[in-house]
Amino acid sequence: MEKQEFNITVYTENQIGLLNRIAIIFTRRKINIDSLNTSPSEVESIHRFNIVINESEDVVRKLCRQIEKQVEVLKVYYHTNEDVIWQEMALYKVSTDVIAEKVSVERLLRENGARVVVLRKDYTVFETTGHREETDNLISILQPYGLIEFVRSARVAIIKDSEGFNSKLREFERLEPGEDVIENEFLNKGDKVFTM
Amino acid sequence: MEVAQEILTKPIAKKAVEVSGSVALLEALITEGVDTIFGYPGGAIMPIYDALFDYNDKLNHILVRHEQGGIHAGQGYARTSGKVGVVFATSGPGATNLVTGLADAQIDSTPLVCITGQVFAHLLGTDAFQETDVINITTPVTKWNYQVTDANEIPEVIAKAFYIAKSGRPGPVLIDITKNAQIQKFNFEGYKPCNHIRSYRPKPIVRPQYIKEAAELINQAKKPFIIWGQGVILGSAEQEFKAFVEKSGIPAAWTILGAGALPTDHPLNVGMLGMHGNYGPNVLTNECDVLIAIGMRFDDRVTGRLDKYAKQAKVIHLDIDPAEIDKNVKSTVPVWGDCKETLPLLTELVERKTLTEWHDKFKEYTQNEFDAVIFDELNPVTEEMTMGEVIKQLNLLTNGDAVIVTDVGQHQMVACRYAKLNKTRSNITSGGLGTMGFALPAAIGAKFGAQERDVVAIIGDGGFQMTLQELGTIMQSGVDIKIIILNNRFLGMVRQWQELFNERRYSFVDIQSPDFVAVAAAYRIPGRCIADRADLPGALKEMMDNKGSYLLEVMVTKENNVFPMVPQGCSVSEIRLK
Repeated sequence: MEKQEFNITVYTENQIGLLNRIAIIFTRRKINIDSLNTSPSEVESIHRFNIVINESEDVVRKLCRQIEKQVEVLKVYYHTNEDVIWQEMALYKVSTDVIAEKVSVERLLRENGARVVVLRKDYTVFETTGHREETDNLISILQPYGLIEFVRSARVAIIKDSEGFNSKLREFERLEPGEDVIENEFLNKGDKVFTM
Repeated sequence: MEVAQEILTKPIAKKAVEVSGSVALLEALITEGVDTIFGYPGGAIMPIYDALFDYNDKLNHILVRHEQGGIHAGQGYARTSGKVGVVFATSGPGATNLVTGLADAQIDSTPLVCITGQVFAHLLGTDAFQETDVINITTPVTKWNYQVTDANEIPEVIAKAFYIAKSGRPGPVLIDITKNAQIQKFNFEGYKPCNHIRSYRPKPIVRPQYIKEAAELINQAKKPFIIWGQGVILGSAEQEFKAFVEKSGIPAAWTILGAGALPTDHPLNVGMLGMHGNYGPNVLTNECDVLIAIGMRFDDRVTGRLDKYAKQAKVIHLDIDPAEIDKNVKSTVPVWGDCKETLPLLTELVERKTLTEWHDKFKEYTQNEFDAVIFDELNPVTEEMTMGEVIKQLNLLTNGDAVIVTDVGQHQMVACRYAKLNKTRSNITSGGLGTMGFALPAAIGAKFGAQERDVVAIIGDGGFQMTLQELGTIMQSGVDIKIIILNNRFLGMVRQWQELFNERRYSFVDIQSPDFVAVAAAYRIPGRCIADRADLPGALKEMMDNKGSYLLEVMVTKENNVFPMVPQGCSVSEIRLK
């Protein structure tokens, strides 16, 4: 099976050591994690991991089952890039003098959907959110003007299905014991997935 | 109404008493029904051992000689008793010595709760004396682990530990308790066992449609074949399994950890699977039309080459662990669930059959194997004894009622192939990890887990030397186990591979041994070494009749090979008889 980017979403308890427990499931199989984001979810005391890896679906499915097997993991889902809306945030620090003098700031902001987060005498910080190519594009634009510092966040992704995870998660919480959703039921439901 | 319900469902709350974390731990163990602990004290676990001093009448602590011995004993105990094995070790080296046993218990799904001491919480991360990052070291080899730094956490954490260790697919749990938490006094409100964790689903919901689909496949099958593993034993589903096999009339073969779930001489038991398993079960795996896998995980030693494994068959896989379904072998019908629940549902729907022709095929292969391998192994005409004939003689004395504990290597395969087992929980061995040195300590634990049964440890000359310090544990605890060392003066299994695949380049397999009988004698354990066939029956009887532990060393052929054999990288149907 062909490798492609998969977005793995993991709902967990907030427990020390769990990040390691999940990470070693990948490292044990010598699989690189391309992007990892973990933050509190909308449900109290439940955290959400967004993990991006480049693998075949067969491998991803097995990985997800291994992750879901961990005691403190509630649910795991995986999606291709087509099934999710995803964003990465990037910050760019450039010299204010240079920018003011040489760049048409207004055009830059408009064309790249960037905004100014901080404006100081010595430097300016821009922010963009978008796909990798978009943030890469702004780097190449700013590079000639002396990019002082750059940082990009991990990817966050949300599924295109209109119901989303929230209802599923609440259902899991309510049901005792919950229905096990083993297969990923959104993958084959083209009709429930709309594109922007 | 609600109030009444609450009183009914909640245990009567004891009045809070101020106790130390250590006392709370021991009280928790007693409430969980723990009677035996295998352990070794040290600096960071001293408060727990101090508390244990007053619990001597309730908790039997077995002082081992090495923490690895302690955890293997815990495994042996868990495997024969069906209860959770409990192990104590101190921080640092004490804890790291547990790692092999944890890995072994993890891969063989053995329920354990290991308690390790840890340095004071304020010293964590300072490279304090005997400090090591036990939680991170043991994460890959535990089902769950947790570090306690406050005594208030102890009752809840221990309750979770036992629940996780024994529920669903069992496994080892490690709880690391910092020294301050062991000492700290807190208001202990009694111990409530755990039966629910919100993020944890120990067993998947049984789906009736899959049971129905499975039954339809089985009923249509002309050549169905059951392969079962330890899941049947772990789920205490031996009766349900027997009922299923007997009603369906399907031939059934076992993985080494599944051995004994159906008696060895049951007419539908067709033998052992895998690399050194029986001829018929291996070959006919690639001929059956429906393969019914119950509580087993298609280990590579069972399947041989995967892309040539049972490709013609529709596969029904019954397992409690959803991660095992489709992991190695793609199933046609996945039957998620505890086989104690799923098997009766399936039995109800399957038709009663005899499948005479199909059984005859197994018999034919059994005869071939008997002529080519088994007869000579059990009735050798060579001057030197074979491992097989020792097991055969032992069977005559045990009648299949003893617990057989084996180490890893040739003797393990021979013992598993030929030992007669009438009862479940009779075959204790290191299956998945293949841990040499497992048998001696595991046999000690096995005996504590099944006091009324005879326990016979069968060990090679190599493996015995890996944990022979546990003879000290035998001496001090007075435990009664029988030890048979099958001595071929080689690391036999590696030698066999070197003979077959490395042109007899015997690289470092020529192992020398001490005088084992003299070593045992130094620990006040009687023993004998025999090399003549004529002495075998008498020596075995003397061993079995001896009150207390006994060591019998049997000198066997140096260069015997275990056959049949599925060479690595070959399909199960390419099994070699010589």
